[in-house]
Amino acid sequence: MTAVLQLEDLAVHFGGVNAVDGVTVSIAAGEFVGLIGPNGAGKTTLMRIVSGSVRPDRGRVVLAGNDVTGISTASRVRKGLALTHQIVRPFREMTVLDNIVLAAGYRRTANPLRAALSVGRKRECERAAEILLRVGLAGTADKLSGSLPLGQMKRLEVARALALDPQIVLFDEPLAGLNQTEAARMVETIADVNAQGITVVLVEHNLEEVMRSCRRLIVLNDGRVIGDGAPQAVMADAIVREAYVGSGTASHARH
Amino acid sequence: MSAYEISLLSVIGLNVILAVSLNMISGFCGQISLGHGAFYGTGAYAAALTMIATRNFPLSLVCATTVGALAGIVVGFASLRVRSDFLAVTTIGVNFLFTGFVRKQGWLGGEMGISGIPASGLGGNGNMVMILLFAVATIALSLYINRSWMGFAFRAVSEDENAAATLGINAGAYKLAAFGIGTALAGLAGGLYAFFTQFITVDTFDFIFSVLLMAMVVIGGIGSTFGVVVAAIALTLLPEAIRVVNDYRLLVFGGLLVLVIRLAPGGLAGLARRLTVRAAKP
Repeated sequence: MTAVLQLEDLAVHFGGVNAVDGVTVSIAAGEFVGLIGPNGAGKTTLMRIVSGSVRPDRGRVVLAGNDVTGISTASRVRKGLALTHQIVRPFREMTVLDNIVLAAGYRRTANPLRAALSVGRKRECERAAEILLRVGLAGTADKLSGSLPLGQMKRLEVARALALDPQIVLFDEPLAGLNQTEAARMVETIADVNAQGITVVLVEHNLEEVMRSCRRLIVLNDGRVIGDGAPQAVMADAIVREAYVGSGTASHARH
Repeated sequence: MSAYEISLLSVIGLNVILAVSLNMISGFCGQISLGHGAFYGTGAYAAALTMIATRNFPLSLVCATTVGALAGIVVGFASLRVRSDFLAVTTIGVNFLFTGFVRKQGWLGGEMGISGIPASGLGGNGNMVMILLFAVATIALSLYINRSWMGFAFRAVSEDENAAATLGINAGAYKLAAFGIGTALAGLAGGLYAFFTQFITVDTFDFIFSVLLMAMVVIGGIGSTFGVVVAAIALTLLPEAIRVVNDYRLLVFGGLLVLVIRLAPGGLAGLARRLTVRAAKP
């Protein structure tokens, strides 16, 4: 299978700390990958390297065959990467529909000149309405997105990501702050995204949901990959159990 | 029409172009610029020098517009590096830099300015009509941009640059575009001004004038083309209609600015919207 995302020997350090230390991972088209690790394992930094907000000290990020290591987040998005933020960032002054229409018009907004010469929004509005239905936000189209409750704002992030016609979506802790029912619905939505053939990388603290939905699990610890494979097999591994499950106990013992 | 009326309408037209173009930078794209007067001045000097050298009126206006845009793009690069409040301070610096630089340059007339700029050949009436036509074209352009995908992307950049990037929008390119378009129009207004007065001095383009333009934008309702047009006309007429206002111009405009920011942050446009909503309710 062709790789949608390849991370080759990525490393970055902040001060004396190696936040990410030689990570090599290849993610194939259509995979549903969970990325977990104890606090400070380097998950967020790794995601920031992939999204383009942190420049690695060494290594490459290859997206759908293109080396994107040196290019901006916006350019990566136009090459097929979509991401949702842990802390939601909708355009609060715009309606829910407009948030998605703007994402769906990514070809028109690719540069200011093209954007200046484009006016019509019909096609994007139809696409946005279709996505609203799919993520369960029908009926909120005309509301200001800043007025939505957190669960719906998180769905709006998913809707915006989908409108970008991505090849891969990085979900950064999409379940954080949601109650059990909302979390279960969110997981269903993410599974639905994957069912459409879109590759999903899910960074999540909620181990139970990750184990339930992902077909591959990658475990980070101290900036390195310490486990990679089928979720049950990975979690059965002694090193992973020690690092991830046992990390709390270990840190208590040290104090 | 009396010479006074022609002059007044010309000034209104120029202020409309300036305020509407500043609104594209600060209202549409969210980049607070307090140095718009410098780009106005850049255009005026570019037009004056070109006209003296070539006697070509259309070329002088093209030069004014181009030099204004180039200067704006250079300053726009600063907007890529600094966040909003620092950008405001940077643009204030640009305005002082401009006036300070021009004052010391003999070839720009120094303190005395440039006099005897050759006439456009259109006469006072013709100049006025031309200024008003450009003002109408600027308003039309502003309304068009706001409706286009460019305006849509500007709103996203204005609200959250990083979130815009995750939708594939290159915030830097849009900020430069906003500065380029806004300052090109300011440069054009400068060129028109040079032909309107045939005499320019650097004091016309000082920081206080930039603040006055920002007052028009804020009082009109930041982001609203029509609100800004109304404010530009009103704030130009007010000192003419009420002599006292003219004597205490800065005090009155400053006071209005504070009142609007405190009581009606949406400006005149926001007030009008609220009244319409209230009237529509049964």
